[in-house]
Order: sequence, then structure tokens, then C-alpha cells
Amino acid sequence: MSNWRDRQIDLPENEARGFLKKYTRRSFLVAGAAAVAAVGGYEWVRSRPEENMTPWPQRRVLSLNEKIAHGYLNDKHLAPTYKRTDIRFLKPNGDIGLDDDVDIDSWRLHVQTGAGASPLQLTLADVKSLPQTTQIVKFCCIEGWSTIVEWTGARFSDFTRRYFPPGQQLPPYVYMETPESDYYVGLDMKSALHPQTLLCYEMNGKPLEDEHGAPLRLVIPVKYGIKNIKRIGAIRYTDTRPADYWAEQGYDWFAGL
Amino acid sequence: MAATTTIRLKHLLAIRWFHWINFPVLFVMIWSGLLIYWAYDAYHIGPFQFFPNWVYSTFKLDHRLAEGMALHFWFMWFFVLNGAAYVIYTFISGEWRFLVPRSWSAFRDAWHVVRYDLGLDKQLPAQEKYNAAQQITYSAIVLMGVGSAITGFAIYKPIQLAWLAALTGGYQFARLIHFSLTIGYLLFFIVHIAQVIRAGWRNFQSMISGYEAEPPAEAAHE
Repeated sequence: MSNWRDRQIDLPENEARGFLKKYTRRSFLVAGAAAVAAVGGYEWVRSRPEENMTPWPQRRVLSLNEKIAHGYLNDKHLAPTYKRTDIRFLKPNGDIGLDDDVDIDSWRLHVQTGAGASPLQLTLADVKSLPQTTQIVKFCCIEGWSTIVEWTGARFSDFTRRYFPPGQQLPPYVYMETPESDYYVGLDMKSALHPQTLLCYEMNGKPLEDEHGAPLRLVIPVKYGIKNIKRIGAIRYTDTRPADYWAEQGYDWFAGL
Repeated sequence: MAATTTIRLKHLLAIRWFHWINFPVLFVMIWSGLLIYWAYDAYHIGPFQFFPNWVYSTFKLDHRLAEGMALHFWFMWFFVLNGAAYVIYTFISGEWRFLVPRSWSAFRDAWHVVRYDLGLDKQLPAQEKYNAAQQITYSAIVLMGVGSAITGFAIYKPIQLAWLAALTGGYQFARLIHFSLTIGYLLFFIVHIAQVIRAGWRNFQSMISGYEAEPPAEAAHE
């Protein structure tokens, strides 16, 4: 440990001026070179070809962040739950894929468990026959606002246990889309199987309204609202990283909370 | 006999690097933070909104949420690593002894420094390397950085780090602290720049080269 007062050099006046000049010039040169390198590096990154509207080096950073977050993700890390009196208004913020009125009787959930498997067509009654879970959790929009909502539905993990062929290896991803494929999300299996991830058919004690994704939507508290897809028409278990509506618009694919 | 000048190595090389790296990194963090804030600009003081629309349009901050997030979650690593390295280094090098106020009288002294700077007092209180106002400010800014990192991670992963979000008053309160600290940086920046200009070239030079010539006795204030 050095005391700054002891870090001293005594020089004749004219030499002192030269000394300061020399070190100041040297430092400015180094600083200038560092600044050019930093700005150059930044500009290089920002001008790289885009992968889904984000320069590819920045996609790499997002992937690294995802790796850390996905590694830390755990079924025991639960979203805090709240009381009924904490429930607040949930703004219906997205209507992509909700253009047409839905007929619940003719609506079917198309499930593809693998490339070779024959597709399933499920009714709402099928989903409702799974164990029912109700949870009051915070819904976090990627815009920054949040609100507390009560959701009722079937755990996606229970759904998977019933409909995914037993004995087969679960693939790393799930894809979900609206009936006309207008809106779609890709999910990592760990988040999808989180105990608070629901295929939801009731909100605040009432059947889901159209604008909230009737008859069946995803509720996934470990993700931003953008992943909580409304009006699911199809679910696919897949080995390849699925497309995602907002990831294609430049957002982080993982979008985990 | 020729007069001699005493030159001191005032700012160590590593400290200068940490300082000058932090400047553009914090700038990008604040700028990308504003791109994010635009998407839900909830805060205001009375009728005054943060920020009026002309601010967004003038600085082109609107409709860039995805870009802001990608930048913010990239530069956060530089901010945290550089900040942590700075704190560790100040302890290893012993520089922390000049930066951290050593007694409660620092607050009284700092008040005198402020009065002196406003021209209300004729004399500065006795000081070591930094005056009491500088010590308090430079220590506070480090604590603010720690606060930004903690509330930042609370907002970033409010479920996985639910305990951190709870510790910082909940998801939305953590966001408010995070935002307030940013406003704090902007205020610090204004005062800091004004003081650097006031202190003059010799002082600025020392933050670049590290060296400062001891001033003639009558001009001891920087």
C-alpha cells in the first residue's frame, strides 16, 4: 500500500514541465487508441448482419445470458403467490391470432409429440380432465408493467405426463401457435415443465374471455407476457429450437424471468 | 539554485482505466435504459412526466425496446465487472483510505466545502487527497452502482431471484429505485463536470496521465 503523498518526484522546474508533457501526451495517445478501438468494436458489432433483427454478436450475448439463466432455472424457484385481494386489472395487450370469434365446441388442440407420432386432437374437456391448479401470480409484461392475476388450468407437466409417449426421451423444446399460426412461441422444456406453467382456461375465477385467449392459453410465470400465448391451437414437442413471434422482432428468444 | 517542482502520481494507472471505462459503459447503460423505459414510462413528479415526448423524439428513444434490452443485457457485464474490479483494486492498493470518509465529521466538513464552493466560506477544511464532499460523493456513487446492479438483477430475473426482488421492495419498487439511481447519475454528472471545469487543466491532466505537479502554495485548492 503506497501513500499518494510518497509517490513523488522532485525535478527542476523546466524538466518538470517536460515530464508532465511527456506523460500527458503518452496517456492521451493510449486513451485515444483505446477509444478508437472501443468505438470501432462497438460499431463493428452493431453493423453485423442481423439474426432476427438483432446483430449476430448480440444474439451470442443473449445466448450466453440464456445459458446462465437456463442453468439456474429450477422447479423450486417459484413465482411468489398472492392473495385474492391483490388481483388487479389485466390489460389485454396483444390480439395477434385472436381476429375471429372462437367456437369452443369445434375448437381442437392439435398435439404433435414427435416427428413420427400421430397427431392428437384434444377437446377442452380433455384438458379440463387433468388435475386442476389455481394460482395467483404476477404477470410481467416485457414493456415493464406487471399485474397480479388468478389463473386456473392444468399444469403443462401433467399434460405432458398424460399425452407424451411414455418411455420416450423428451425433446428440449416445445412450440405453441394460435389456430391460424398468426402468433407462436418457442419454449425450452425446463420452463415449460415448471410447476407453475399452466394450460389455462379460467382467469380470476371465470372462463377465459376471448381477448385473454379463450378457450385455452398458456400461463408461464417464469417468462415475460410475450410467451404467455393466447388461444393455443397447436402444441409441438420438438428437437429444434422453435420459431418465436417476438424473437423474430428482435427480442430475446428465452425471455425468462 | 533552480527551483524544483514536486510531481506526484496522484491517480494510479488501474484507477484511471476503471474510471474511463466506466464513463462510456455507463453512458450506454443509461441510453439503452431509456430505450427500455420508454415502453412503460410510468414515473412523474407531480404533473411533470419523465420524460416529455419531445425528449424521446429528439433523441430517437421511441419504439426501440428490443434493441435497448439487447444492449442493456450486454453492457451490464462490463458495468458490473469493471465496477467490481474497481472496488477490489481500491482495497488492494489502499486507495480506499482516501476515498472513504473516516469519521462522521466528514459530513460537517462536506457542508463547509459546499459553502466554500458557493463562495460563502473563505477557507476549506483540512483534507487529505480528497475533500470531505468528494469522499462522500465518490463513496456514494460506488454504493449507487452496487444499488443499480442489485435492483437491475432483481428486475432482470424477478422469479429466479425472487428473494432479491423482495429485498429491494418488490419488482416495481426495484424498478423505481433503478430509475432513481439513474437520475442520480445524471445529477452527479452535471456537478462532476462543473467541478472538473472549475478545478482546471492541472487536475484534469492528472486523471489522464496520473501525474500532478504540486501547486504553488497560494493556489492549493482544486
